[in-house]
Amino acid sequence: MEQQYIDFYKEYHTLIKQHSAALMNNFRDAAFEKFERLGFPTSKLENYKYTDMSAPLSIEYGLNINRLQFQINPYDVFKCDVPAIHSYLFFVLNDTFYPVNSTAKQHLPEGVIIESLRTAAETYPQLVEKYLGKLSNEKDDGWIAFNETFAQDGFFMYIPKNVQLSKPVQLINIMRSDVDFMANSHNLIILEEGAKAQLLVCDHTMDHVHFFANRLTEVFAGKNSVYEHYKLENTNVLNTNVSNLLIHQEDSSNVLTNVISLHNGVTRNNIEMLIDGENCESLLCGMVIGDKNQDVDNFTEIVHKKPNSQSRELFKYVLDDTSKGAFAGKIQVAKNAQKTSSFQTNKNILLSKTAKMRTKPQLEIYADDVKCSHGATIGQLDEAAKFYMQSRGISESEARLLLMFAFTADVMDNIRINALKDRMKLLVEKRLRGELSRCEGCMIC
Amino acid sequence: MLEIKNLHASINGKEILKGVNLTIQAGEIHAIMGPNGAGKSTLAWVLSGNPAVEVTHGEINFNGKNLLEMSPEDRSREGIFLSFQYPVEIPGVSMVNFMRTAVNEQRKYKNLEPLSAADFLRLMREKKELVEMDNKLTSRSVNEGFSGGEKKRNEIFQMAMLEPKLAILDETDSGLDIDALRIVANGVNKLKRPDNAALVITHYQRLLDYIIPDFVHVFYDGRIVKTGDKNLALELEEKGYDWIKKEVETPIEQ
Repeated sequence: MEQQYIDFYKEYHTLIKQHSAALMNNFRDAAFEKFERLGFPTSKLENYKYTDMSAPLSIEYGLNINRLQFQINPYDVFKCDVPAIHSYLFFVLNDTFYPVNSTAKQHLPEGVIIESLRTAAETYPQLVEKYLGKLSNEKDDGWIAFNETFAQDGFFMYIPKNVQLSKPVQLINIMRSDVDFMANSHNLIILEEGAKAQLLVCDHTMDHVHFFANRLTEVFAGKNSVYEHYKLENTNVLNTNVSNLLIHQEDSSNVLTNVISLHNGVTRNNIEMLIDGENCESLLCGMVIGDKNQDVDNFTEIVHKKPNSQSRELFKYVLDDTSKGAFAGKIQVAKNAQKTSSFQTNKNILLSKTAKMRTKPQLEIYADDVKCSHGATIGQLDEAAKFYMQSRGISESEARLLLMFAFTADVMDNIRINALKDRMKLLVEKRLRGELSRCEGCMIC
Repeated sequence: MLEIKNLHASINGKEILKGVNLTIQAGEIHAIMGPNGAGKSTLAWVLSGNPAVEVTHGEINFNGKNLLEMSPEDRSREGIFLSFQYPVEIPGVSMVNFMRTAVNEQRKYKNLEPLSAADFLRLMREKKELVEMDNKLTSRSVNEGFSGGEKKRNEIFQMAMLEPKLAILDETDSGLDIDALRIVANGVNKLKRPDNAALVITHYQRLLDYIIPDFVHVFYDGRIVKTGDKNLALELEEKGYDWIKKEVETPIEQ
C-alpha cells in the first residue's frame, strides 16, 4: 500500500515542492525517508492496535499536488443560518486554504494573522520557521511522516502578545471532489504570551465519494495564554480521518481541547498535550456518538514535563449497532514534575450487543509527589434511572434519550462558548434522536 | 378504583407475594404496615410496573383496565404514582427538563397541548410551595446530591405536579426528621381529593399521626393477614409485630 505513494513521491517530489513553501520543503525529504522506513501504521503496532486502516487505504485516491483551485466560493455556499455564533469564519477546501475575503478578515485585531500556511511561510518566514515542524518533526509516526511528505499547505493562525480575540475563529474543512480524494494539510497555531483564542474546527464532506483526510496541527500556547480547541466531526461513512493534534504549553498557559465525533467513517485522532511549563491547566475532553459501522479511535497523551501543573481528561462514548470505539489515555509525569495533578475519566455506554469499546488508561509516573487518578467504565444505560423516569410517564424511548443526553452533558459543559454549547447540545440531541443528517452543510454556523 | 386479586409475584425466581387481595375506592387512604421483608415494597413495584418483579398469578384492575398489561409509563399516565423508597439520582438530567418531559408526555396521552414554558414554570412554582421545596433543588440534576429528606420532598413535589389518581407512598417517612415528616404529610393531605386515593406503606405508626388512614392492613409473608381501622396501627405500635406473626403461624385447625 505504501509503495504507490513512495513511487508517486519519487516521481513528483519536484512538483510537490514547487507548489509548496520552502519552509515546508525543508523537512519534506527527511519526512519521506521516515515514511519509507515506517510505512503506514498498522494494527500490528501496539499504539494502533484498534485502528485498522487497510480498507480505506486500499482505495486509490486522487491528490491535488498542482494546487488547482475549485470553482466554488464557500462563503456563498455556507451561509450562516444560526447567527448566534459570531465568529471569524475561514475555510479549507480539501487541503487548500480558501483566499480570505475582505469581510472575514476585517475586525481581526491588529497583528493577528490568519492565512494559508504556505503564504504565511513565504510572507513571515522568521515567525513560521521558529515553530513549524518543531513538534511534529520529532515524532516517529507513519501518519505524521506521510503528512509532512505530502502536505503542501494548511491553516495558519498567529495571535500576538497579549491580544485576546473576542470572537471564536471557525475553520471549516470541506471535502469536495467528484473522485475519491485524499487531502493532507499541516496547520500551525501560535499564541504568544498572554494571548487568547478559541478555534472551532468543523470537518464536513460535500460529496459521496471516498475521502481520506490526514491533518496535522501544531499548537504553541505561550506563557499565560488561553487557548480553546474544539473539533466537530460530522462527516459520513465514506470518510476516513486521521488527525494529529500536537499542543505545546508554556508556563501558566490554559488549554482546553474538546473533540466531538457525531458522524464519521473511520477516524483516528492522536492528541498530545505537552505541558512544558509550570502552573499550566490542561483539559482534554471528547465524545463519540457511533452507530452503524462508525469507528473512532482517540489516542491521547498528556505529558507533564514540569512541576505544579494540572490536567484533566474526560472522554465519553455512546455506541450502537456494530460501531467501534477505542480510547487510549496515556499520562506521563516526568521525574521532576512534582506536585502534578492529573485526573482521567473514560466512560462508555454500549447500546447493542455488537458494539465494541476498547479502553486503555496508561499512567507512567516518575515523580513521587503527585495526585493522579484514572477510571474507565463500559456499561449499559442505567435501568433504575430509566424505570424511575418511566414511572413518571416518560416513554422508554424518551427516557433512553434523556439518559444518553445526560451521559454526554459533562463533555458539553466543557464548551466555554455559550452559543456553541447550546448549538452543540441541540446537535447532540438531534443526533441521538436519529434526526441529524449527515453533513448537508455546516451544522454549527 | 383499584382491585388486586390473588396476586403472586416473584423476584429472581423467589416468590415474594403469595396471594394479595386488596380493594381501594376513590377517596380512601389505605395504610400497609408490616415487618421488614414482608413484601410491602414488592407490591408497590408490581403496581408501578417495575420489570424486576415477575407477576406469576393474579390480576390487577385499575379503573376498569388491566394494569398488568400496561407499560410503566402508561400506568403513570393512567394515574398511578409511586413515591420511591429510594429515589434514583439521575446526573445530567435537570429537574426542570425531567418534570417538563413528564408533564408534557402525560398531557400528550390525554390529547392535551404541551404546557408553554411560562405556564410550566408557574405550575412548578406553585407546587414547590406546597412541599416547601428550595428553589435551588429544582435547578439541579434529578436527586443528585439531595439529602434523604430532600429526595422524599422531591417525590411529593413530583406527585403534586402529576396529580395522580392513586398515590403509592413507599416508606416515604423513612429517613425524615419530624419537620420534614410534617411537610411531606401536609403535602399529601393537601393533594387529597374525593376522586383520588392513596396507599401508604410504612414501617412505623408516626406518619399515620399526620396522614389518617381509613384502613390499615398488616402485611406478613407476602400477604395481607389483618385489616382494621387506624386503631390497628396504634396497636401495632404498642405491641410490635410478634403477636401478628404468632397469630398467622398458628395452624387454623387447632
